[in-house]
Amino acid sequence: MTGWLTALVLLPALGAVVTALVPGVRTAKLVAIATSLLVLALTVAVGLEFDPSGSLYQLTDQVAWVAPLGVYWSLGLSGISLALVALTAVATPLVLGAMWAEVDDTGRSIKAYYALVLVMEAMVLGAFLATDVLLFYILFEAMLVPMYFLIGMYGGEKRQYAAVKFVLYNLFGGLVMLAAVIGLYLQGAPRERTFLLSDLVALDIDEGTQMWLFVGFMIAFAIKAPLWPVHTWLPDAATEAPASQAAYLSGVVDKVGTFGMIALVLPLFPDATVSAAPWVVGLAVVSIVWAALVAIGQTDLKRIIAYASISHFGVIVLGIFALTTQATSGSTFYMVSHGLSTTALFLVVGFMISRRGSRHLGDYGGLQKPAPILAGFLLVAGLSGLAMPGMATFVSEFLVLVGTFSRYQVAAAVATVSIVLAALYILIMYQRTMTGPPTAQTASVADVRGREAALVAPLFALLLALGVVPGPLLTTITDGTTQTIAEVGVSDPSPVFAAEGAGQ
Amino acid sequence: MTTQQFVVPAIDYGALLPVIVVLGAAVVAILVDAFAPVRLRAAIDVTVSVVALVAALVLLLVRAGTDVVTANGAVVVDGPALVAQAAIVAFTLVSVVLYTEKRLDPAGDSFAPAGASVPGSELERVLTLQRTQQTEVYALTLFAAGGMMTMVAANDLLTMFVALEVLSLPLYLLSSLSRRKRLLSQESGLKYFLLGAFASAFFLYGTALVYGATGSLNLAGIDAAVSANVGVESLLLVGTGMVAVGLLFKISAVPFQFWTPDVYQGAPTVVTGFMAAATKVAAFVALMRVLYVGLGGLVADWTLLLSVVAGLTMLVGSVLALSQTDIKRMLAYSSIAHAGFLLVGLVAASPSGTAAALFYLAVYGITTIGAFAVVTLVRDAGGEATHLSSWAGLGRRSPLVAGAFALFLLSFAGIPLTSGFVAKLSVFAAAFDAGQVVLVLVGVLASAIAAFFYLRVIVLMFFSEPAPDGPTVSVPSIATAVVITVAAGLTVWFGVLPGSLLDLVQQASEFVR
Repeated sequence: MTGWLTALVLLPALGAVVTALVPGVRTAKLVAIATSLLVLALTVAVGLEFDPSGSLYQLTDQVAWVAPLGVYWSLGLSGISLALVALTAVATPLVLGAMWAEVDDTGRSIKAYYALVLVMEAMVLGAFLATDVLLFYILFEAMLVPMYFLIGMYGGEKRQYAAVKFVLYNLFGGLVMLAAVIGLYLQGAPRERTFLLSDLVALDIDEGTQMWLFVGFMIAFAIKAPLWPVHTWLPDAATEAPASQAAYLSGVVDKVGTFGMIALVLPLFPDATVSAAPWVVGLAVVSIVWAALVAIGQTDLKRIIAYASISHFGVIVLGIFALTTQATSGSTFYMVSHGLSTTALFLVVGFMISRRGSRHLGDYGGLQKPAPILAGFLLVAGLSGLAMPGMATFVSEFLVLVGTFSRYQVAAAVATVSIVLAALYILIMYQRTMTGPPTAQTASVADVRGREAALVAPLFALLLALGVVPGPLLTTITDGTTQTIAEVGVSDPSPVFAAEGAGQ
Repeated sequence: MTTQQFVVPAIDYGALLPVIVVLGAAVVAILVDAFAPVRLRAAIDVTVSVVALVAALVLLLVRAGTDVVTANGAVVVDGPALVAQAAIVAFTLVSVVLYTEKRLDPAGDSFAPAGASVPGSELERVLTLQRTQQTEVYALTLFAAGGMMTMVAANDLLTMFVALEVLSLPLYLLSSLSRRKRLLSQESGLKYFLLGAFASAFFLYGTALVYGATGSLNLAGIDAAVSANVGVESLLLVGTGMVAVGLLFKISAVPFQFWTPDVYQGAPTVVTGFMAAATKVAAFVALMRVLYVGLGGLVADWTLLLSVVAGLTMLVGSVLALSQTDIKRMLAYSSIAHAGFLLVGLVAASPSGTAAALFYLAVYGITTIGAFAVVTLVRDAGGEATHLSSWAGLGRRSPLVAGAFALFLLSFAGIPLTSGFVAKLSVFAAAFDAGQVVLVLVGVLASAIAAFFYLRVIVLMFFSEPAPDGPTVSVPSIATAVVITVAAGLTVWFGVLPGSLLDLVQQASEFVR
C-alpha cells in the first residue's frame, strides 16, 4: 500500500493552503479543524494497515527527490512512529479547537494562525515518518519557521524575546547536526552516496567518527527535547506562547527530538551510543531532578508546567539510553502519554488564565468554589502529570524506571525521587489556585464551558484508557524498540519484567 | 635577433557571439543616447537591452555542453563559463527590467538626471522639474555585463584584467547615480573607484610578477611552468597573491571588504542588487579559474591561505552585520558573509566544490536581486526608508511584501525548503569531503550568528507594532512586481526541487585547461 504516508503528510499541508485562502475567518477555522479530523481518520486507517509483527518500516513510500545528492522522499511507518503519529493526529484537532477564540482580540491574522498550525502538523508528521536522514533534517529545521511565527506573532508580552531565543537555540543545534549529517553522508562510497536511513545504517563507521557524528546529532536533539543544560528556551517559549501553542510545542513538537534519538541516533551510531550512554544517562538524571526542583519554585503557571515537562523529557531520555527493550519501550510510551498529559495541563491552565487574566500563582485562590469542574480538570490533568497509578503516565514512568534499574541502579534510584518532587509541584499548584477562600477576583469566575470540556475530555479518556489497558499500544511500540535495540547490538540484562502487567 | 611574425589568431566567433551581442548592444545604446530624440531614448534603450540580453541568453543555451578554447588560448568558453555567463545575462536582464520602474519615485526615476550635477544645485532642480530621465544607465549596465561575461571566460591574465576594468568602470559610475541621497551616492561611487583602482593595480602588478616568474600570461602556460618547477617561486607566490587580492576585492572577501557597506548603501538600490548578484559571479568564477587552471600545482599553498580568508570572511561578515541599523548595510555585510560561504566551496578544490559554488552563485543572485527590489518599495518622504526601525510592523500593513522579504531572508539564513539551504548544504558537503572539517564548523557557527540578524528583521516586520509615521509600501509597476514574484518563486523552487539545477552545474563543473 504505497501513497498512504505521503497522503498523511501532504493532507495537512494542503489544508493549510486552503485555510489561508478561503474567505471568512469562521470558514477557515472550520476548514482547518476538518482537515485535522481527516488526518486523524487517515491515521486510524494507516494504523489498521500496520502489522506489529512485520518488518521495522512498513507502508514505505520512496521517490528520488534530489537525485544528484541522493536525497529521497522516503517515508516508512514503524511501531514507534505510529505511536507518535497517532499522538500528533489526536492532539492537533484539540489544539485547533482550543485556538477558537484565543487570539481573536490581538488584531492579527486568524487564518494564518490556523494555517501555521496545520503546516506544523505536516512537518511533524513528516519528521516522524521520514526514513531519509536529509528529509528528516529538512523537516526538523523547517518546522522552526511556523513555530517562530506562532510564538512571535500571537504570544504574550515578551514574545519577541521568546521567539528569537527559541529559534536561535534550535537553529544552532540544527546547524551542528547539519555538519554531522554531511559527515555521515560522506561515509558512503563516492557516487553511491544517499541519505537513505537504510543505506546509512548499513555503513561500517569506526567508533571515533561515530562519536563525533553522535555528538552532532545529540546536540540538536538535546536542545529540541530539551535536556539540561540546553533547556532554557522552553520555559520562555512555553510561557510566552498562547496556551494552545505551548501545549502543541511541548506536547507534540518537541517529541521529534526524543524520536530522533530512538529512530536515528541509536541505529546509526550503535558503538558511540553504547560508549556515550552513561554520560547521557547522567545528563538525563540531572535534567529530571534539576527541572523538578526548579518547577517547585516557580510562581508562573505555565512555567511550572514547562519545567515539569523538562523533567519528564529527562525521564524519556533516561529510558532511551538505558538501552533495554523495557526502558526504551517505556520511553516511547511516555512520549505519547506525556504528550497527552502536557497538552491537557496546558489547555486547562489556559482556561484558567483566560478567566483570571493572569499567569501568576498568587493571583489565584479558591477557584474550586466558583468553578468546581475546572478544579476537577486541573486535578485530573495534574495527577496524570505526577504519574498517578491508573494513568498512562504511570505505566510509562514505571517501565522506564524498572528498565533503567536493570542497568543503571543509581540513576534509576535518583530518578525515582522525581516522582515525589512531581507530587510537590503539582499539588502545590492545585492547592494555591483551587483551595482556600476565593478572592475578590476569583469569586465570580465562570466554570468550564461545553467546548472546553469537549477539548480535554478525549485527553483524559485516552490517559485513563492507556493507563488501564496499555497492552495494544505497548505491543506496537515494543515491536519497533526491540528491533532498534537489536540494531544497537546490546542485549537486555536479565531479569526481564513482564511488560503487559505494568498497568495493574 | 629574431623577429617574431605576428600571426592573426583564429577566433571562434560563435563562442564569443553572446559577449559580442551584449557589448554591441551597449554601443548601440550609446549611439541612441547621442542621436535619438529625448523622449524616445529610454524606450529604445530598454528595447535594445532586453532584445540583446534575451538573444545572448538564447545563444548561451544553444551552446550548452560545448567547450571552446579560442583566440590563442586567451578565451575559454567551457562549462563554468557558460553557466556564469548565463547567470550574468539573466541577472542583467532582471536589473534592466527593474531600471524601468517609474512609479515608485515621485520624480519618476530612481537615477539622478545628470550624474555631474552638484547635489542640491540649481541645475539639478531644473533637470528634476523638466523630468529629465537618465538613459545612460542602460549602456553602462550592458558594458558592465559584457565585461563580466568576458571575465568568466578569460584564460589569460591580461584578458582578465581588461575584462575587470570593463566591468568596473561602469559600476563606479552607476553607484554614484542615485537620485535620492545624492551626496552619499557620489561618495560611494568615489570610494568604490579609488579602492577599486587600488585593487586593479594590485591585479596588474601581480600579473607582471607572475609573467616574470613563469614567462607566460596564459593560464595554461602558467600551469605548465608551475608544474615543471621552472621560474622563481617567490615571485610567483607574491604575484599570485596580488592577483588574488584584485579578485577577492571584487567578491568582498575579508580583509578587502571595506568598500562594500558604503557602496551598497550609497548606490541606487537596483544597481546594488545588480552588483551584488552579477559582480560576484564574474569575480568568483575568474578567481576559481586562475586558481584551478593556472595554479593547480600550488593547491596546497592557496587552499591553506584561502581557508583562513573564507573563515574570516564568514565570521567578520556575520558579526558586523549584527550591529547594522540600515537595511542596505545589513545586506552588504550579509553579502560579505556569503562571499565567505562561497569561498568554502572554492577551497574544496574539487568539481563538486565548483558545482556547489556555481549553484550558490546562481541562487544567491536571484534571492539578492529580489531582496533589493523589495527594499525599493518601502519608502517615506525622503525616498527609500532604509533604517531598520522604520520597517517595524511592515508585516501588518503589507503582508505580501513583508512575506516575500522574509522568504528571502530565510533563504539567506539557509533555512531548509529555500534555495539557500541547498546551496549551503552543497558547499559544506564539498568542503567536508575535501577534509576541510574545521572550516565547515566555522561555517556552521557563522550561519548561526547570521541567522540572528536575519531573524531580527523578521521580528521587526511581523512581531512589532507599526510606527504611526512609518514608511509606506509603494505600489510598484508591473516590472518590479514580476521580478519580486519570480525571485520568490525561484527561491522556493530551487529549495524544494533543486535537482535540475544541481544536475546542470555538476555537468558544467570542469574547467577546461
